[in-house]
Amino acid sequence: MLTAETIVQSLVSGLLTGLIYALIAVGLSLIFGLMDVVNFAHGEFLMIAMYATFGLVLWLAIDPILAAPLVAALLFAFGAVVYVVIVRYAMRATANRGMVQIFATFGLAIVMRGLAQLLFTPDYRSIPHSWTEGNNLSAAGIYLPMPQLVGAVISILAFIGLYFLINRTDFGRALEATREDAGAVALVGIDKNRVFTLGWGLGASLVGLAGAVMATFFYIYPDVGASFALIAYVTVALGGFGSVFGALAAGIIVGLIEATTALLFPPALKSVGIYAMYLAVVLFRPRGLFGSI
Amino acid sequence: MMTTSLVANRRRRELVVFAMVAAALATLPALVTDVYLQNVLILTLMYAALSQSWNILGGYCGQISLGHALYFGLGAYTSTVLFTKFGVIPWIGMAAGGVLSAAIALGLGYPCFRLRGHYFTIATIVIAETGYLLFLNWDWVGAALGIQIPFRADDWFKFQFARTKIPYFYFVLGLASATWLATFVIEGSKWGYWWRAVKDNPEAAESLGVEVFHSKMAAAAVSAFFTAVGGSFYAQFVSYIDPESVMSFQFSLLMALPAVLGGIGTLWGPALGAAILIPLTEFTRSYFGGSGKGTDLIIYGTLVIVIALARPQGLVSLFSRRRLRRAVPE
Repeated sequence: MLTAETIVQSLVSGLLTGLIYALIAVGLSLIFGLMDVVNFAHGEFLMIAMYATFGLVLWLAIDPILAAPLVAALLFAFGAVVYVVIVRYAMRATANRGMVQIFATFGLAIVMRGLAQLLFTPDYRSIPHSWTEGNNLSAAGIYLPMPQLVGAVISILAFIGLYFLINRTDFGRALEATREDAGAVALVGIDKNRVFTLGWGLGASLVGLAGAVMATFFYIYPDVGASFALIAYVTVALGGFGSVFGALAAGIIVGLIEATTALLFPPALKSVGIYAMYLAVVLFRPRGLFGSI
Repeated sequence: MMTTSLVANRRRRELVVFAMVAAALATLPALVTDVYLQNVLILTLMYAALSQSWNILGGYCGQISLGHALYFGLGAYTSTVLFTKFGVIPWIGMAAGGVLSAAIALGLGYPCFRLRGHYFTIATIVIAETGYLLFLNWDWVGAALGIQIPFRADDWFKFQFARTKIPYFYFVLGLASATWLATFVIEGSKWGYWWRAVKDNPEAAESLGVEVFHSKMAAAAVSAFFTAVGGSFYAQFVSYIDPESVMSFQFSLLMALPAVLGGIGTLWGPALGAAILIPLTEFTRSYFGGSGKGTDLIIYGTLVIVIALARPQGLVSLFSRRRLRRAVPE
């Protein structure tokens, strides 16, 4: 039934989901913008962030939302290590460059998924309880699920923080300079490798935050990253690779399209709406909505 | 002149090696009687064929597709639907699936080949995933339940065999040989040089008069055709298909990985990669069974990382002759 209420309801849910999608995708976009590398293990970063949240909640008996900064810190370290151990070498490849970057990170994704199956079994898990549970808001007949609402707020805060980090700090300037010309920054005393390491850490910590948010309302299992990774790639390609705020806009668009598709067509096809819209956009703008040429 | 005759010599030698390998493989069913091992052999040859098909577009033309599961699935569904709903024999269905997939590859290539690098790869993943979701919800072709191919009799005409796997072995050996020969012919033709130019530097190729767009389209069509034939074969071989088992993302990855391990853009890379990867995966899976779930993934994921970083030219480069390398400097 299409009534004004159901339409507003699905737009509101789409907006909340979209903000969370943007948070999942932004780390991918940030890393790409910095060094032209697509992390094909991005979904698995999300997956381990969700398991890390689950583990911290069980171990320290704290609320998943309080665990979020810890998870972000853990993922920061993980992302930096992945850069130093794998990506740094992938960037040095002289033969088949594009292929090496794709398959080095794909190999990592496969290993991470295998490790998760081995260590945590393929069982579905969920966080036993959180204060976000059952505290849902409803206003004027519109229902606001608390976990998604909190997730959307965290996403907005993360984007505000990222804005200040990029525009107001030395690290942000170094990031911006390295992205403009990784060769020239060495001349002004910026260590390119250090910026890349921190960039990977930052990108991973953002998906860490997203993982903590997702863990409050979604099942946790070894393959959980796969479906969200595809949405993240679509979001980033739609926004334009490397454009941090393009990812924000694209995330919201993706969330809204998904909700609208689910309203008009069988819900099983909701992702088809996103994919069709993405394909239609890149047909006319091969580098996405906000991508630079 | 010197280089030309060296290349001709090398190509003649490749053909001789190919004939010897194919002949040796053809004697295998006489030696390997264990059904499980025969199964592993058939899968290995199937992935050698599929990966060679992927290599035509991904390796030679440099367009990294991670959506070839779409063509594999289309091949499987075309022959199966024609057989179960219209009684068309699988041989015709196989050809129809190949032609349909090639046509769809051209239709998709028209917009997608404007995309570069990662944008192209992501578009291929998204298109294949869309196809997967559509088949998953398409009731006429069985939706998520899939289609069972009814068994009639052991028959070459209907390409079904319940008592023996050997006919499947010879078919898939033929398919792997056909993809190898197609690659061999392409490599020596004008197209082969064009495609490699497109892969190495599209702008420079374009300025030298290479038809970049047509090159990509031709590579995509050939690649999709053989992939779909492989899909039809697989449907007959397992006699049951559903979207998960023939169109999921995993297949796209499994088609690319042997080529990556063995060496992309090389004649022998995909076959060598499949000969290592497929038995390794099958044996670890059966060795660890249910208890060590994920171990197979860890092993081949690690292998992929190590090869990609340490040997980006693939394992086949270990065999390349030093003499030739000195004669034809990069």
